[in-house]
Amino acid sequence: MSEIKLLTGNEAVVHGALAAGCRCYFGYPITPQNAIPELMSQLLPAAGGQFVQAESEVASANMLLGAAATGTRAMTSSSSPGISLKQEAISYMAASHLPGVIVNMNRGGPGLGDIGSSQGDYFQSTRGGGHGDYRTLVLAPASCQEAYDMMIQAFDLAFKYRNPVLVLGDAIVAQMKEPVKMWKPEPVSSDEAAEWRLEGAAGRESRVIMSLYLAEGALAQQNRNLVAKYEAMRAEVGAETYETADADLIVVAYGSIGRIAKSSVRRLREQGHKVGLVRPLTLYPYPDKMLENLAAQGKKFITIEHNTGQMVEDVRLAVRRYTDSSFFGYMPGNMPASEDFMEPILKALE
Amino acid sequence: MSNKYIDVIIAGFGGQGVMLIGNLLAYSGMESGLNVTYMPEYGPEMRGGTANCTVVVASEEIGSPIIKTPKSLIIMNQPSLDKFLPRIEQGGLAVVNSSLVDCSGADVRNARIVQVPANEIADQLGNAKMANMVALGAYIESTGALSMEVVSRALKNVIAPHYAHLIPKNAAALEAGAEYVRKNMQV
Amino acid sequence: MSVHQNEELVFSAPKLMADKPTHYCPGCHHGTAHRLVAEVLEEMNLPEETICIGSIGCSVFIYNYMGLDAVEAPHGRAPAVATGVKRSRPDRIVFTYQGDGDLASIGLAEIMHAANRGERITIIFVNNTVYGMTGGQMAPTTLIGQKTTTTPGGRTLESEGAPMKMAEIIATLGGCAYSTRVALDTVPNIRKAKKAIRHAFEVQRKELGLSFVEILATCPTNWRMDAVTANKRLTEEMIPAFPLGVFVDAVAEAKEGA
Repeated sequence: MSEIKLLTGNEAVVHGALAAGCRCYFGYPITPQNAIPELMSQLLPAAGGQFVQAESEVASANMLLGAAATGTRAMTSSSSPGISLKQEAISYMAASHLPGVIVNMNRGGPGLGDIGSSQGDYFQSTRGGGHGDYRTLVLAPASCQEAYDMMIQAFDLAFKYRNPVLVLGDAIVAQMKEPVKMWKPEPVSSDEAAEWRLEGAAGRESRVIMSLYLAEGALAQQNRNLVAKYEAMRAEVGAETYETADADLIVVAYGSIGRIAKSSVRRLREQGHKVGLVRPLTLYPYPDKMLENLAAQGKKFITIEHNTGQMVEDVRLAVRRYTDSSFFGYMPGNMPASEDFMEPILKALE
Repeated sequence: MSNKYIDVIIAGFGGQGVMLIGNLLAYSGMESGLNVTYMPEYGPEMRGGTANCTVVVASEEIGSPIIKTPKSLIIMNQPSLDKFLPRIEQGGLAVVNSSLVDCSGADVRNARIVQVPANEIADQLGNAKMANMVALGAYIESTGALSMEVVSRALKNVIAPHYAHLIPKNAAALEAGAEYVRKNMQV
Repeated sequence: MSVHQNEELVFSAPKLMADKPTHYCPGCHHGTAHRLVAEVLEEMNLPEETICIGSIGCSVFIYNYMGLDAVEAPHGRAPAVATGVKRSRPDRIVFTYQGDGDLASIGLAEIMHAANRGERITIIFVNNTVYGMTGGQMAPTTLIGQKTTTTPGGRTLESEGAPMKMAEIIATLGGCAYSTRVALDTVPNIRKAKKAIRHAFEVQRKELGLSFVEILATCPTNWRMDAVTANKRLTEEMIPAFPLGVFVDAVAEAKEGA
């Protein structure tokens, strides 16, 4: 039987990563994710792995790139301003077809913002984030259990697609404590990267992992290959649905805001209102087909976010043939509660 | 099993141990087989500032871990009373540390106020730092939400191993808070 | 290359080097530096356990010329990438090959901290006092008075500061086990350079810390000179400004201490 522990989201990330076979962690201090490097520095060396507090976010992401090139399960974590600095390496990793896991405990922005919760990094997370035409898989945990589970999923997906995977939490998920069932997946095969990893060219042709394509037509082909990979990733789309079947109005919200909105939806149901919830578990790929199908049934939509309106663009794109989505943005600076969403949902229902 | 749901904001000065009893309540809920969330909120100061946390314990899945209109409060100092009492749900329960908090000016509306001189009771037990445990004991008794036995057993999760010898004293403080409520309040 | 009857092969390229022309300009020293690295790795029997970290600049294509497993690092980040490679595969030999803009400007934090942590990696640092690939802009190592495309009147101390002496700077950092500066202007200096490169890989194999070899090299194209004049400039202007020598050597110190 799996052990159940009361963990913060930050701690759940660490335990999930270790369960997933993470061997290297590279990071840099920034609130509200400091518990991740702190706990990693205790647990990872004890488990035979490597922990490095890097000189910068830039360096830590490039260390991740290096570890990934050897086919090693490795990760970095940070919060919004630090994630901006990691974008260089993330772009190179995507271009070099390298797997790695990056955790972002989203805080308030832009700039230094604050250390509270926010969903202001949705665009950055789902549109690639750095330069060039690429995507990262994005998973959005709403609970400490999901933070644990999604770390395991993130490592598997990173190696399945040889692509960076972003786990996008926020200051609420990072600091909240919940019971976490610490299940252990099947151990990772030591051959999972045998076909491409760098280890010295003994008994075979040498391998080069790179992202520079100067030959005629080579970069076009590289981009076509990337697009094909992103198409294949659509198979990984996931979302939680709640009371959608007979709902007149669908609330779309992700991460911590998704679970808070679920409380609002539950209360409104108790009051007899026909509302439902879709909470995307993957932000890239996005559950647009599911939303489109709900829209085709004549339902209305409201998107609720902890920002000034980012994911709402994806909802509108998904439902555009049938309807629109209204939007309620809870500004960063404070944490919302379910009461805050009741009125906007009721208004959208009218 | 009937649906069980409690939520509480525990608030006081930094250093009064409000996070500790929040954790203890969360562990107790977990060890009772219930869903729990614990959400800390610190003031900008590390020491001597304000601190509060929100704990939800429920048999059903918990949506929001953040509660603006709490069903109950544990209030350890005056600023916390001023901040959180106006938000309490109609008919909610507030356990107030009357050693440090004066309720006379407060708008108590329909809230049920349980005043417990937590610092004095803790002093009598020989350790004023355990006022937090006295308050939690009073809360457990007033709500009947969880068994005191489970809470006492959960102490080992929140008290560092090198302070393990203090667990019986903490358990006694929990019990003293409960005892005060049994003697002085109509429950 | 085939050897005809009655001919004796007295000099050949290391097998590790690809048998094809490089893209380097006539008189550029990158080819020589590549060759020295390849010779050393081959002589030490290391190619099959070595991972090369390429950097951004003219030498980005090093992986086309040496049959090594290699990864391309973003500009300046090669020591961080090498850290990730070495930490995940401590049993492998790991080296970066970086130019002066890459290492001493945009990548200064990465090289300083990799050296300070004493990463068990080798840094081959080619200093030719300009950004080569982008067309001859000022580098951190550009000499005072040197004209570049971004210092058309010549570098001045007042405005652009002094050229950075990386081998000396790196030698001051706690985890650096070997730091030296060599040059490729003469045959004796090339021989010394090869010895230094070999020593650097030996230091790595002994897990003593980071080893750093600064190689003074020419860039005739961006210096607007022919190859011979460029070589002369290296001897007469660069070496006086960047003294050759060993600035730290944990192996020698251990011997002295013994």
